[in-house]
Amino acid sequence: MIMDPTTRQTAVQVTGLTKGFGRGDARTLALKEAEFNAYEGDLQLIIGPSGCGKTTLLSMIAGTLVPDQGELTVLGHKLHAMSTAAITRFRRENIGFIFQQFNLIPTLTLVENISVPLLLAGTRVRQAEKTADAMLDRVGLGGRGKNYPRQLSGGQQQRVAIARALVHDPRLLICDEPTSALDRETGHQIMTKLRELARKPGRSVIVVTHDPRVYEFADRIAEMEDGRVLRQLEGAAMANATL
Amino acid sequence: MLLGDRAKFLMLLGGVTFAALLMLQQAAVFCGLLTWTTSHLTNMQAKVWVVEAMVEQANELKPLRDTDVSRVRSVTGVGWAVPLYIGITNARLSDGNFKPILMVGLDSATLVGRPATMLDGRLEDLRKPNSIVIDDLALQRLRTPSGIPPKIGDSFEINDIEARIVGICKADRAFFGYPYVFTTYDQALQFAPRQRKMLSASLVEPAVGWTAEATARKIELETGLRAYTQEEFYWATIRWFFKNTGIPISFGTTIILGVIVGIAISGQTFYTFVLENLRHLGALKAMGASNTLLSMMLIFQAFFVGFTGYGMGLLAAVGFGTGAIKRGQPPFVMPWQLPTGVFVLIMVICLLAALIGILKVIRLEAAVVFRG
Repeated sequence: MIMDPTTRQTAVQVTGLTKGFGRGDARTLALKEAEFNAYEGDLQLIIGPSGCGKTTLLSMIAGTLVPDQGELTVLGHKLHAMSTAAITRFRRENIGFIFQQFNLIPTLTLVENISVPLLLAGTRVRQAEKTADAMLDRVGLGGRGKNYPRQLSGGQQQRVAIARALVHDPRLLICDEPTSALDRETGHQIMTKLRELARKPGRSVIVVTHDPRVYEFADRIAEMEDGRVLRQLEGAAMANATL
Repeated sequence: MLLGDRAKFLMLLGGVTFAALLMLQQAAVFCGLLTWTTSHLTNMQAKVWVVEAMVEQANELKPLRDTDVSRVRSVTGVGWAVPLYIGITNARLSDGNFKPILMVGLDSATLVGRPATMLDGRLEDLRKPNSIVIDDLALQRLRTPSGIPPKIGDSFEINDIEARIVGICKADRAFFGYPYVFTTYDQALQFAPRQRKMLSASLVEPAVGWTAEATARKIELETGLRAYTQEEFYWATIRWFFKNTGIPISFGTTIILGVIVGIAISGQTFYTFVLENLRHLGALKAMGASNTLLSMMLIFQAFFVGFTGYGMGLLAAVGFGTGAIKRGQPPFVMPWQLPTGVFVLIMVICLLAALIGILKVIRLEAAVVFRG
């Protein structure tokens, strides 16, 4: 169920975003005046070849990288104009992360890993662990709270990462290649879960991926090349396009 | 995080424990040695020591004329003054073996300078002819070849004169490791090889209303002799050993080595730990952990290792010290300033180790988690 583009709320608005790395002759522009929009209720994919600027764009939307130029509004906040401390606070309160390599802390139990965003937000340990335990149940790993990440398969670890990303009920979920380390079936399950999450009111999910198997789950697809967003497709246009 | 990485945690803990042990043990042995250098002062307490004009420290007493005691007594500000003999001589044991001893001759009338603690016998029996009181070290050093320690009633010869043990006292050990043998001043002059001057020092009590310092200065002014208060003599002796022996440099080097080993091991291990966990630290940063929070986390972990390592090091040093005190050597004294100082040093080492990691974390971009 895709909402009418004229009525839905913009979650992310990127205008003329530029970002370069290095200095002098070695300077490379990873993003060149990129334009991009994402909406609430959508699962938005960002695709493109390696080195096209997908990860740079995602990093800036997540507020983990500062743009050199351009405007970046996320959930109504103008990130390009905010201080580092304010962006950190914004991330803590509004964004959930799912990483390619899961990035679960190996020395913490599953419940402790899932509790991290809550603890960062100031929730008491006992309450955080109780909520984390319930979250673990919801991703089908109930009763394994005291296990360590190394005791789980890749798919299970990614489910824990999803639980961690969602435990503080973020409005925007940022996913970096969430299925690349998973087999087809597990990747399918994870994407189904992400699409469900995107459908919740006031929520949106942005996924950077190389994996064509997951295109079918997208509400919108932004195709990037050479630091620019070439096109953003949705609905029938997306179905008919060659990607 | 660090606790979960058992290998690194144990490596860090080992490094800090070793550094703490090295610093504590070496510094305590050094302090012990210093107390040995000042054992005359602690064993024969007096407010003012009057010695020959060129004497710089307590272990090199140059002889005075016997009449110098009378000169000191005549100085205004002196309550009373008594003679003291200190000299190294040999005791000939019953088996014919010779052992060096530190003979102390106390004023017969007052026994001023007497040992503080008698373990056996009565000090007053020193006034009997040819009597001596030996210290607890003599129980080991003057044993017979079959290992029997001397006891009250036993006798040996000093300079061909029979010396009979009438008591055993507790005394701080002297720097040269010879046992103390106490007798009266008159008796000491009989035991000791005859010299023109026999008086080693005069122990002085200031007159009522006079401070030890004022009395000492007055004695120096009027007699030309050197007069030290107990505290002045103590520090003059310590300073002399610092200036004229390699002991402080030797111990100082080992202690500095402890600091360097501590910094090297803990700094390197902690930095490696931070490097290996950069991705996770980056993930925490991305999830909204501030630099301050991550820095506090690293400092907490470093301090936890510091506390635990210091505790273990202190425990090991105390264990070593307990054994040393039981055996009587090496010297081991741990004043409260020592563990406090080492604790501060260990915490500084851990803080430095944490700072190296903190610099890395502060420079870390949270976006690192998105890079492959």
